[in-house]
Amino acid sequence: MKKSWVAYPYVVWMIMFIVVPLILIIFYGTVRTTPQGMEFTLEHFKRFFEPLYIMVLVRSLYLAFICTIVCLLLGYPVSMILASKEYRDKKILIFLMVIPMWMNFLLRTYAWLTLLEKNGIINTLISFIGLPKMDLLYNQWAVVLGMVYNFLPFMVLPIYSVLIKIDKSIIEAAEDLGANSRTVFRKVIFPLSLPGVVSGITMVFMPAVTTFVISRLLGGGQFLLIGNLIEELFLKSGEWGFGSALSIIMMILILFSMAIMSRYEKENEGGGLL
Amino acid sequence: MMRHLKRLYIGIVFFFLYAPILILMIFSFNKSRYMSKWDGFSLKWYADLFSDRDIMSALYYTLLIAVLSTIIATVIGLITAIGIHDMNKLGKGIMVNISYLPILNPDIVTGISLMMLFVFMKLELGFLTLLLAHITFNVPYVIFSILPKLRQMNKHLYEAALDLGATPFYAFRKVILPEIMPGVVTGMILAFTLSIDDFVISYFTTGAGVSNLSIIIYSMARVGIKPTINALSTLLFISVLLLLLIVNKRTSNNNGKEKVI
Amino acid sequence: MKKILSSKLIWVVVAVLAFSIILAGCGQENRVTLKVYNWGEYMDKSVIDDFEKEYGIRVIYTTYATNEDMYVSMKHGGSNYDVAFPSDYMISRMINEDMLHKIDISNIPNYKYIDDTFKNLPFDPDNEYSVPYMWGTLGIVYNKTMVDDPVEGWDILWNEKYSKQILMLDSQRDSIGLTLQMLGYSMNSRNIDELEKAKEKLMEQKSLVLAYVGDEVKDKMVGGEAALAVVWSGDAVAMKWENPDLEYVLPKEGGNLWFDSAVIPKTSQHKEEAELFINYLCETEIALRNTEYIGYSTPHTEAMKMLDEELLSDSTAYPSDEEIADSEVFEDLSDTLDVYNRIWTEIKAK
Repeated sequence: MKKSWVAYPYVVWMIMFIVVPLILIIFYGTVRTTPQGMEFTLEHFKRFFEPLYIMVLVRSLYLAFICTIVCLLLGYPVSMILASKEYRDKKILIFLMVIPMWMNFLLRTYAWLTLLEKNGIINTLISFIGLPKMDLLYNQWAVVLGMVYNFLPFMVLPIYSVLIKIDKSIIEAAEDLGANSRTVFRKVIFPLSLPGVVSGITMVFMPAVTTFVISRLLGGGQFLLIGNLIEELFLKSGEWGFGSALSIIMMILILFSMAIMSRYEKENEGGGLL
Repeated sequence: MMRHLKRLYIGIVFFFLYAPILILMIFSFNKSRYMSKWDGFSLKWYADLFSDRDIMSALYYTLLIAVLSTIIATVIGLITAIGIHDMNKLGKGIMVNISYLPILNPDIVTGISLMMLFVFMKLELGFLTLLLAHITFNVPYVIFSILPKLRQMNKHLYEAALDLGATPFYAFRKVILPEIMPGVVTGMILAFTLSIDDFVISYFTTGAGVSNLSIIIYSMARVGIKPTINALSTLLFISVLLLLLIVNKRTSNNNGKEKVI
Repeated sequence: MKKILSSKLIWVVVAVLAFSIILAGCGQENRVTLKVYNWGEYMDKSVIDDFEKEYGIRVIYTTYATNEDMYVSMKHGGSNYDVAFPSDYMISRMINEDMLHKIDISNIPNYKYIDDTFKNLPFDPDNEYSVPYMWGTLGIVYNKTMVDDPVEGWDILWNEKYSKQILMLDSQRDSIGLTLQMLGYSMNSRNIDELEKAKEKLMEQKSLVLAYVGDEVKDKMVGGEAALAVVWSGDAVAMKWENPDLEYVLPKEGGNLWFDSAVIPKTSQHKEEAELFINYLCETEIALRNTEYIGYSTPHTEAMKMLDEELLSDSTAYPSDEEIADSEVFEDLSDTLDVYNRIWTEIKAK
């Protein structure tokens, strides 16, 4: 008996709350109001190509890129150590890695706000040892720091879960064949861990490139990222047309890079065709 | 040597991850409202926290929305997953890809598109719109937790039950449901935590008088440093810790395979 | 095991569902709900509690950071507010766009306490739409221990000595307006060349600015995080209470004089209750409590009489007529709004 009809209510829901909203975004992004009524326009997309907005996009990509690299460089060794023989059974460590992920991310960002202030803990310590206070907050490094802090576990865990599944006999075989530990890493472990690295990169880069909270709180409204721009256009200046165009551009960018990334990932369970 | 280096490195990373939260927690007991000095132990920020009407109402809405959206999303997701499982290849492909959109799309785009929809529909932004938004982004996670379990299931079991005279609903309850239960539970937990933790989508889809904890923290952080937020983080940290401990215990008791990551 | 789990789970679900419905039911009383939309930290919250108790009306209190935020969320946001507190230029814009109800003054007997200087102002010549709430100026607050140059005009905000110690307001009219004024133009300029010059000036300033802030300016200045900030006078009063090192200056160019008034948006479905609320705010004791709590200057004659001598003589809160002789009031510039929007986006995006 076919019971596919039970999915139909959700089909309605899906059209209503997933498809129609996207159509609305496309509609607002390609239409302008003139005294004669609505007319089709590409001016919002054209506006995006002004150097200023390209720069915002470049800045977002740049900061997210740095954040991803730092997370990878910091996180990969952590995953390796956690997956190594002596730590393997220490479940508590993985548990400790998971907890920060579940902590409200605004609180995690807020924590740095209090630490980096001119009269915050770090500067108090700095002046305690006799050095001058530094401007730690409200620059792009504060934003990157906030991103790394928030997203590091998203890099560690996927890599860890791939590393832990690597068949030990492959490594042993390589060692038996005379490979030193460096070669084993370069030729065996790292290539095998690539799916984890790719999903780690995806999980860090995507939220980093679209964030507006971290840059607002730790950047002091000066390091406008593409997310901030969209937020401002919708909530502050009410320019829905340009805001929609930017959202479409961002969406295409993300979906496109997701599609590329997912080709490198192993079979994704229940995944889409993208 | 190498061992010590490893230990040191792990230690530093965990210090980086935990020090900020721990400092917030310690200073939630500070009498002074500034974090640059310690004025003595005090619980007054906790008292402030519990008498703050906005925070308490945000806590109430956070939990209410999380519970309601989880229940509704689980029911919809469960039914839909069964339906999708029975679809032909084309239908399945369309369904899976469209419901993947809220997962793949940046939150800000999902939030804004939903906001536009609600404004377009002339719905007043508030509790209802927030709930609808949360259900919308929760259902796909439930579906994708259940689908793999359905795929693993022996499809002849259900037919056998029908042949033996079970009504379809009885067969569903006795045969299918127990098989896919781990997926349902995973989906529920995912939905619940995503809902509790969400900021971006809620920020765009809620209106006057209805905020969740994330929104309150954001608006408080924009006004400045407030020790009540520190008190709130302490409590949230402890609840997250307890919740994870319970969940982990439960999953390791049950099948040991499933991890809530 | 699994069977037990699933039946248990169903019970838990049922229990939680019932519980949440009960909880949700508690909120559904048959009282009128009034949605008040106000600036951040702009009212003593206990006033709202007292109003609720006295009249049995539930108040939902939400805040915004700038006039533009408020306008956008009223225009598009889908929230039906009952009372809001826009400033002068925004009031005339909202009147022009037919967004405001006419207020029935006979429902606001306490209107008689409002000082006549705050009536018949250009943005609402016949006092049909707005009831004055607070007023003040836009100027500079500075920390005396950190600034040794005399603070007289807006140009101090471009002084490289204070690089990364300057806080600007994240509010386009205020920030662009003060720059125009410093350049010798009107704060209400519609001239594209003048605006272009102001934009260049602000671009040039950006590297000196620590942050573009909203309500956090108080916390930052009180905590000594910055040396100079652009603020509204009332915030300066509140800051001086907490940190005596701070001083407020109305720039020699004149600064900006503003009036925030209570209005009832057309979206309101409870106009009478909204008028009741506005009238309540004009009660002497309430007006006094609010002005003493937030530090802003009241247009209420009786409340003013009861204020501290010290506060009354403080020219930050109550400047003399000659001090504000050069101050400009913002006008509605809806027709040049895209230019302002664009300039501000460009400055922040730079």
